[in-house]
This record gives sequence, structure tokens and C-alpha cells, in this order.
Amino acid sequence: MPKLLTGAEIVFKCLEDQKVEHIFGYPGGAVLPIYDELKNHPSIKHILVRHEQGAGHAAEGYARSSGKPGVVLVTSGPGATNVVTALTDAYMDSVPLVCISGQVPTHLIGTDAFQECDTTGITRPCTKHNWLVKDINDLSKVIHEAFRVATTGRPGPVLIDIPKDIQFAKTKYKKPNIEKKFNGKSHNKFTQDQIDELVKLISKAKKPIIYSGGGVINSGPKASQSLREFVELTGFPITSTLQGLGAYPGEDNQFLGMLGMHGTYEANNAMHDCDLLINIGARFDDRITGKIDEFSPYSKKVHIDIDPSSINKIIKVDLAIVGDVLSVIGKINKTISKSKNGHSKSNKSNIGKWWEQIEKWRRKNSLNFKNSDESIKPQHAVQRLYELTKNKDTYVTTEVGQHQMWAAQHYKFNKPNRWMTSGGLGTMGYGLPAAVGVQIAHPEKLVIDIAGEASVLMTMQEMSTAVQYNLPIKIFILNNQYMGMVRQWQELLHEKNYSESYSEALPDFMKMADAYGCKGIKADNPADLDDKIQAMIDFDGPVIFDCHVDPNENCFPMIPSGKPHNQMILGPNDQEENKIKGKGKALV
Amino acid sequence: MSKSKSAYSVPTKKQKPDTYIFVVWVDNEAGVLARVVGLFSGRGYNIESLAVAEVDAVKNISRITIVTTGTPQVIDQIRLQLTKLVPVHKVAEFKREDKKVIFKEMALFKVVGKRNKIEKCLNACKKYNPVILDETKSSAVIQITALRREIDVMNKKLKPLGLISTSRTGAVAMTRGAKIFN
Repeated sequence: MPKLLTGAEIVFKCLEDQKVEHIFGYPGGAVLPIYDELKNHPSIKHILVRHEQGAGHAAEGYARSSGKPGVVLVTSGPGATNVVTALTDAYMDSVPLVCISGQVPTHLIGTDAFQECDTTGITRPCTKHNWLVKDINDLSKVIHEAFRVATTGRPGPVLIDIPKDIQFAKTKYKKPNIEKKFNGKSHNKFTQDQIDELVKLISKAKKPIIYSGGGVINSGPKASQSLREFVELTGFPITSTLQGLGAYPGEDNQFLGMLGMHGTYEANNAMHDCDLLINIGARFDDRITGKIDEFSPYSKKVHIDIDPSSINKIIKVDLAIVGDVLSVIGKINKTISKSKNGHSKSNKSNIGKWWEQIEKWRRKNSLNFKNSDESIKPQHAVQRLYELTKNKDTYVTTEVGQHQMWAAQHYKFNKPNRWMTSGGLGTMGYGLPAAVGVQIAHPEKLVIDIAGEASVLMTMQEMSTAVQYNLPIKIFILNNQYMGMVRQWQELLHEKNYSESYSEALPDFMKMADAYGCKGIKADNPADLDDKIQAMIDFDGPVIFDCHVDPNENCFPMIPSGKPHNQMILGPNDQEENKIKGKGKALV
Repeated sequence: MSKSKSAYSVPTKKQKPDTYIFVVWVDNEAGVLARVVGLFSGRGYNIESLAVAEVDAVKNISRITIVTTGTPQVIDQIRLQLTKLVPVHKVAEFKREDKKVIFKEMALFKVVGKRNKIEKCLNACKKYNPVILDETKSSAVIQITALRREIDVMNKKLKPLGLISTSRTGAVAMTRGAKIFN
């Protein structure tokens, strides 16, 4: 007779079989049996966070920087509700998370027991799937299926709710049966005909553009490699969404920068004027498209995505290819290379004029700003940070707001999985715990959270986690004393009525660093900035860098208001001529 | 809406919505109906009627029939989003006007009144296979099966004849001929 294991033992057996090395969590009454079992499994390291939201974001940072699923362990009730923001964030940005939550014993479910909540009910709309395990015999099967659901197809978060009595109950352990067909849902559904059609479109295009997204990153580093080959083969210009940054080298000449609301002039104009738009692993988010009716009006549109429900959701496309980015681009590259005359198929020679036009747009230098000797401009701070860290293999996370956009615009990413930001949900407080997770996955690498002072205060308590595990994360705060993006919108749309967007009583971040037991650095003079950034990089341990920047700086360029891609507001010089009016306000 | 100061776009040109019927085969497990219904409410889709029951006790399969309205783009989304749910096996949809598909609802009418009024009610329901499920000197429970709008009409018509309570189901659907949904 095989050995009987408790539910708690089975949880760890499953985690071991899934090759999990780290879990992020916080103990509590309903998960104590699982925590009790932790000591018997030395291959799995538990990272104790300070708030369950932090556990979720740390697991996201871990997953996005390593490609492995992030694992979260929380207790019932408040433990589960605190992690909901992170689950929703992971759902919006397609990050594979497996969250295990404790639940009150089965006989108490539904009685409003202490720390009881309807966890599966609450998390149903923010997970790919969730399970309440009411029978110990289902436990191992459910956990293995959870990992499969989280990591296959379009990745996402899942949750397993395990009542306390199930953690104590005993049964036999069942190994995962690998590669069982998943309700018959395979992910590659494209045909060679579709690839041929795309190659035909490529060969005819005169004004093509490739628009790539987070799907390329999710498809793995090889997909980024294939994308680079594809861009080289075709000679086409490429732009990227916020989530896709790093899939294609940010410093390459064929890269036009990010597109969308705060994208570059050349990227957005190219999107508007193109005759062939190839979307690779992006989802036509509303921050990208601007006004739908006037989105890229002259183009044939091709959409490559693993999720069939992304296709035609927002923008009707002419050719849809459902499949994994790596498989699809691999096929396209092969098809292009196979044809005898690679050049005529790929059509490099036909797009010379298009490139001339793009260069004209580029000369607008839309990311420019007026630098200053007196105050530190936030854009300048990000640029200096980039220059001083670009020779290291640096991982960057961000919070949400102006600083996030400046980071996306001015920090150049040359490799995938180096850029972790909350795009879909836009969660302030994401960056610090995400940096914790990234540093756990990459202990030797430089990890920086480019932060705003308002965002970072939302999850500041995770500094304590960083100090506990001696994680040398660098929190680079662009401190403008405002919720900057809110203030910017109020300036542009609400007649400068800065309602509640100024933080009156900010903490002294230097003292805060002291209190947490990490290093604090403060910069307010542009002349000292480089030295101080260097000191931050050189310090072996966590740092809070309080960078006082010009509080009135706005994030440009920007697509305002009822206007399509080709009508952007550029920097301060251009603004006078382009006042936002009337109905346009609604689109900003 | 178009004048509101919002961080989002204003709604643009609207297509005309049509009525569609979705048939969804799901694992009969706890919470599956909540997943399906939650998808509709969460994404702002409309449910006109809903019928659900287990149809295969061995394989543990339930069949959900949902009547909804939407533009072709929305209907596409509903199908694709439903297909993504883990316990969903198969999704079929068709337009209400589709001649190849039968769909029916059932209604129970409680009529209270004198014999002749009840007779009048039965007469009025003649086209819809009326069955008397319960009868007393002064009341009757009449079952009919019909289309939604037909039941709507009967509901109005029987009011003056003593109808005091109506109970009705969601629509269920089946293809005509030898073919099944795929």
C-alpha cells in the first residue's frame, strides 16, 4: 500500500514536481498546515512579504523576468482579498501566477466563519480559472491542472482555494500526467495558406509597419530572436507597445520607439499612414488605438495572437493568424527565406520612400524636453540612469504614472524580460514588490524600480522584505510631490483644478530608508545627479533614491482628445498651437 | 457622454443588435453557471433568458441555452470568450430567425374564475398545446409551450380572463432534421 500524504504534503509534492523554487506568501490561520510542512522541503524557498498584494506583485515580477510561473501562498479572508489586485493585474497583463489560498474548514464554509470569504467567487472574474478543493482526492490533480492552465495558451493567474481540513486529510499522491489534451483546445490554429497570404501582403506593401506586444515576450526569448530575424528579413519598421519593450532592441535603427498615447511621433504617424499593419502579440488596447474610427485608416491589418478572443475584439482585421508567436514567426521567416529571391519577397527595396518619410517624422525628435541647470528634469534623470546602467544587464520595474511613461520613453531595452510594468490594470504600487520578485529570480543582477513618490508609498512596506532577504533593489523615486499623471490631466482637461493630486505631507524618504535599514540617497541638483546615481548602483544593498524633480513637467508627446494617431501634442515648443478643445477632452 | 471629461474614448457608431441563441455544453461542476453568467454581466452582455440542466449524467455534461442580443462583433466575442472558459466543451450560436432551429419556452398559467372563463383560456391557448396540470372548481393550472413572443401575447390576453400568476422557463433549442449543433 502506497504511503498516504496529507493535503499539505501533497501541495509541496506538486510544487516540487512543477519545479517551483520560490513562493511568495504570508501565513495565517487557514494555511498553517501548509506553513508547517514548509520546513520539510528545502528545495522550496518561501519569501515572507509584508502584505499579500506585495506577494502577488513580487510573484508577477518573478514570472515576467524569468518566464516561470510565480507562486503565491496566502491565508483565507483578508489574505485572499488583499491579493485580488495582483491577480487582476496579472490577468490584464497575461502573467502566469498560481495562487494557493487557505480556506476555513469545509464544514464551516457558508457560515460566515472567522476569516471566511467567498474566495473563488471574488476571484472568478480576475483569474483564468479557479478551484475550491472539497475532496482531498482531487487535490494533486487540481494543482497540476492549475499550473497547466496558468502557463499554457495566453498565460494568466489561477487560484486554488484549499480548506483547512483538506490540508490535514490524507490520500495517495498522483503524479501529473503530462501533455494531456486540454479540453481539445490546442493553441496553434494557423495554416500555411495564411502564412502564404501574409507573405504576399508583405511583398506588396509600400508602407508597412510591425506593431509588436507583450505576446512576443510571453512566447519566450526565442520568439524575440525570431522577431529580430523577421524585421531584418523584411527591412520593415517596427514599433512596440508598452508591454512589448525589449522584444526588439530599443537602440536599433529600425525601431521607432513605443506607440500609443505617449508613443513617439514617428511610431504613431507610421501607424496612421501605413498600408500594411502587422500586429504581433498585441491586443489593440485603447491606449494604443486612440480614436477607433480613425485608427490606421489606409492599412490592411494582420493580427497574430494566441488568444482567438483578441481578434476582431476592438479592430477588425483582414487576416488573423491564431497561434504562438514563436511558431508563427518561425513559419513566416522560413517561408520568406525559402522563396528563391528573398529580397523581392521581403520587399526591402520597395519601401525606401516610406523610410524617408519616417526619417522626416523622426527629425521632430518628439521625446525632446527643455533641460535645466537648476532643477532635475525627470526625463533627464531617466536618461542619466539609462546611460549609467546600460552596460549592465539591468532589470527595470515601474509604478504607474508619468514616471512610468518617461521610463518607457527614455530607457532603452535591448533584451526581453528586462521590463516589468503594470500596463493593463495600471496598478500604482506595482513596482517595488515586483522588483523584490525580480531580484529573487536574478540575485546577481541590477534591479531598479523607477518609481513615483505617490505610487511607491502604496506598497512601501515591502522595503522590509527587501532588507530581510538582503535584496539589493534600487528604488529610484522621481519625486515631484504630485500624482503627476493626474495633475497633467487636470492641467489639460480640468482647467488646472488640481483636486487632491498634491501630496501635502510626504514622508522624508531619507529617514524612511534609515527606518527600514537600507540606504537613502537624495538628489536635487542636476550637477550631482550622475555621482549619486553611480553611488546607488555601487551600493551593495537596497537603496531608496529620492530624486527631487521639476514638479511641473508634463509627459509628452501625447495623443489628445478625439484625435487620431497623426495629430499629437508634442513637447513644450509645439503646445501653443495645439490647444485641446471641447469634445476632444474625452479621449485623453 | 460625448462632452464628459473622461480618460476614455466616447462610444462611436453603433451597429444594430440582433437576437441570438447560444447553446453551451459545460462540465456540470460547482460554479460553472456563475462563470458563464459572470462572463455576460462582467463584459456587459445581455441575457434575455437562460435555461440550464444536466443532459448527460455519465459524462457529467450540462447544456446551457442563453438568449442574448448583440451586434455581430459582440456575438463573436461572446462565443470566443465562452470557449476560453475551462469547463466549457462546445459553444454553438444561431440567430433567432434561423429556420433550421426550433426553440421553445414553456409557461404555466394559473387561472382563477368560473368554469366558462377557464374554458375561454384553454381555447385561447389551443395553438400552443395546452395541458391542464391541476383543476379545481374555481381554478386551473395550464401549461403551454410556445415562442417567447407568443407567451407574451397569451400572458396579456389571459389577464382579463382570470390569469393571476405566470411562471415561465428560458428558451431551449434543438436543430431540425438529422443534424446536431457543432
